[in-house]
Amino acid sequence: MGALEDFFLTYQSAIAFIGIDALLALSVYATLSCGQLSLANAGFMAIGAYTAALLTLHTRLPFAVTLIAGALAPAVIAVPLGLPVLRLRGVFLAIATIGFGEVVRLGLVNWDYTNGALGLVSIPQRARLWTIYLVLAIALYFFSRLRGSRMGYALEAIREDEAAARTMGIDTTAAKLSMFVLGAALAGLAGGLEAHFTFMVAPAGYDFSRAVDMLVYAVVGGATSYLGPPVGAAFLTLLPEVLRAIGSTVGLTPGPLRLFVSGAILLAVVLFLPNGIISFSARFGALTTRRERS
Amino acid sequence: MGQQVINGFFLGSIYALFAVGYTLVFGVLDILNLAHQAVFMLGAFCALALVGGLHLSFALALPLAVLFSGAMGILLDRIAFRPLRGRAHSNMSGLISSIAAATIFEAIALQIFGPDVSRFPFGSFPDRQFRVAGAVVSTIQLTIVAVSVVLMALLTYLLKKTRLGRQIRAVAESPRAARILGINVDRVIAASFFISSALGGAAGVLFALAFNNLSPDMGRSVELKGLAVIILGGMGSVTGAVTAGFAIGLIEVFTVAYLGSSYRDAVSFAVLFLVLLVWPRGLFGRVALREA
Repeated sequence: MGALEDFFLTYQSAIAFIGIDALLALSVYATLSCGQLSLANAGFMAIGAYTAALLTLHTRLPFAVTLIAGALAPAVIAVPLGLPVLRLRGVFLAIATIGFGEVVRLGLVNWDYTNGALGLVSIPQRARLWTIYLVLAIALYFFSRLRGSRMGYALEAIREDEAAARTMGIDTTAAKLSMFVLGAALAGLAGGLEAHFTFMVAPAGYDFSRAVDMLVYAVVGGATSYLGPPVGAAFLTLLPEVLRAIGSTVGLTPGPLRLFVSGAILLAVVLFLPNGIISFSARFGALTTRRERS
Repeated sequence: MGQQVINGFFLGSIYALFAVGYTLVFGVLDILNLAHQAVFMLGAFCALALVGGLHLSFALALPLAVLFSGAMGILLDRIAFRPLRGRAHSNMSGLISSIAAATIFEAIALQIFGPDVSRFPFGSFPDRQFRVAGAVVSTIQLTIVAVSVVLMALLTYLLKKTRLGRQIRAVAESPRAARILGINVDRVIAASFFISSALGGAAGVLFALAFNNLSPDMGRSVELKGLAVIILGGMGSVTGAVTAGFAIGLIEVFTVAYLGSSYRDAVSFAVLFLVLLVWPRGLFGRVALREA
């Protein structure tokens, strides 16, 4: 028991970040599941984090209420944003959402009420490991129920061929919008949890590279199943810890090595494992059976 | 006022040069190449290594760095785009593999040059300032505008008048039809990447010369500015990218002058966002942005 406790104390923050990153990866998965590539989630995360942090700092509301408010605020903004933006095709949706994310970040940088670029500090640490993983478990349960439901099939149909899905009578706009809003809410939740775990929020934490990180978790893990994004988040969040150990023994500076390895892994996954690392066993199995046959 | 116009024009010429390469690859492949900013950064560092390490003159370092960037473009095509060609959703996975390639390039620059700001050695480019009609112009600014205008004119000539240019335009129209007509599509795409990246690298060298401030993540802010430029200009349109590059440069300089420097980027993104929502074709675009 003592060993297990030691392990938790040492890696508490790493475990917490895995949970938060898994939520963020799921928020990107929400839109990817109907074939839409949105990079707005760092912006939504910022809105959620600031909402929750401001409520905690200025009111006496319980933590659960501030968290829910942090999820609702970006969701409410996602509706009017999503309606025009989701009509854009593929890459243009990505660009428009990059623009949105940067506008949110720069807005926060210029907002004196929240200390501009410095952000808010000394937020009480109210998020515990169990809160983070409870939220993650609820999100995973929701996605597991979604698969195989009427809505789940509709999303798959939209991902494969949007025009055909519409011809079949699926309300593609409503389906895409609801996943966009769901993604915004999840990103906001993750933002609120992170703010109450790391004591602080600052605009620099929600920049373009954060949005890219979330996308990378989802893609590396595998965006064809709701289990992929959390696996990708866990893998890539633990990677720096492992690389730090390797880097110090080989004598390389950890920063460049970490960047290089995560870039190389992403490239390898896109090229050789298009369905992510969760498809690895299936893919490997297929390879061996093919070999046996030939 | 005159000074602001000159500064905007000068900044805009770098944005335009960067965005022309960006939009060229998009026009040909329908892929957003997010590694363009990394090639921009590599071009700048290559020039720095040649000038600072090998003590070459700047006039020699610029073309060498441009060639190097072009070669990086061909490498980029080989590792990140060519393997995906013909797969389903290849423009989505191409976007992601270009992010991966950008990360790898950035890691290499970080390993070689370190995370701190690098600068050209003092006096490696003679800078003299003189007054024209009440505004101050420097030789560096003039060089930058001249180089970028010449390069953009060369690109226009190449696309309009040469055999390769016709082939590039044919592939942009329809890769399948181009292949039936006997065009080696893979070679034309590789050539487009060479041209695009060479121009991106040249923009990087000029940017480094203008601000004398090089770091492995220097391309990131320009990348987002470049997106605003190609959207405003109309995706895939070289003329549009040039016009919009100058427009964004001027907008940025006037924003700083009249609204304050904290809003300099916000205005470009507001432009990007509004153009996409209200007027998605941009100034000179012809591609369909929305599905039927």
